[in-house]
Amino acid sequence: MYSPLEDPLTIADKTFTSRFLIGSSPFPNNQVMLESIEASGAQIVTVAIRRIDLSAGGETVLDLLEGDYHILPNTAGCYTAKDAVLTAQLAREAIETNWIKLEVIGDRETLYPDVEHLLTAADELVRDGFIVMPYCTDDPITCRKLVDIGCAAVMPLGAPIGSGMGVLNPYNIEIIRAENDVPVIIDAGIGTASDAALAMELGCDGVLLASAVSRAHDPVRMATAMRHGIEGGRHAFLAGRIPRKHHAEASSPKSGVIGT
Amino acid sequence: MTTIRVNGEDRDLRAATVFDLLLAEDVDPKARFVAVAINGVVVPRGRWDREPVKDGDEIEIVTPAPGG
Repeated sequence: MYSPLEDPLTIADKTFTSRFLIGSSPFPNNQVMLESIEASGAQIVTVAIRRIDLSAGGETVLDLLEGDYHILPNTAGCYTAKDAVLTAQLAREAIETNWIKLEVIGDRETLYPDVEHLLTAADELVRDGFIVMPYCTDDPITCRKLVDIGCAAVMPLGAPIGSGMGVLNPYNIEIIRAENDVPVIIDAGIGTASDAALAMELGCDGVLLASAVSRAHDPVRMATAMRHGIEGGRHAFLAGRIPRKHHAEASSPKSGVIGT
Repeated sequence: MTTIRVNGEDRDLRAATVFDLLLAEDVDPKARFVAVAINGVVVPRGRWDREPVKDGDEIEIVTPAPGG
């Protein structure tokens, strides 16, 4: 009997039983966030690094999540390699982790990665001892370069951040999966559970999403749906789908039919 | 009086060290999950009480926030 425990996801030196990585925003409130993350079964939760907000009363998202989850800080909002590297170093100091979800955005409208800055920042951070998980374009060449630099995973977008359009280029994702030995995690663009299932059916090792759950009408239920979508897609990938055909093939015996 | 920039805002402060600056900014220097950088370089927590704040410094004080 197949068990998720026998199919762990290993990133760098850590092993996880869940293949669902979830963001901690933008939920309606902290309670919904905590319930959604719990329902997701995710073990890795992303957080941002921001200038301190004194009106927040001193409590941070880490006070709510610490201990229960593997916290993955991100460099969201950074437009240059320099800012992304400093944000990662600040995250390491604030959270005491050398893991970083590296994002270097090139454009406010599309939130597409700036590949030039991304590669520069990834190189600097790997040299500085970080476990780098870059949010990147669904481009096999960029992914290969990131792996060559020493990134612990590659996280190509399925579609633009928050767009909910799903996996727009399954062909590229399959190539990226086939060409690299590190985990391939779809990051961004997932809209609903079938998108997540498709990503996993393509062979992805995990799915990272935030808005699809946090902006859903019922985030806790959508977290549950995504969890099942990811698990279903993973099972289907490992089981091996039947080939597509242009003709029918009966599943019932052809012989012994009455009237023949 | 020193003129510095803290989290993107100009400040006139008499803070000799990062530790003093945090107090002046109403940030508890003992609070967890806080990190500080001066002019693009992280100042480890262990140095806050002796790291000087100088005229013209650009300082970032950050903490984790919800994020995707």
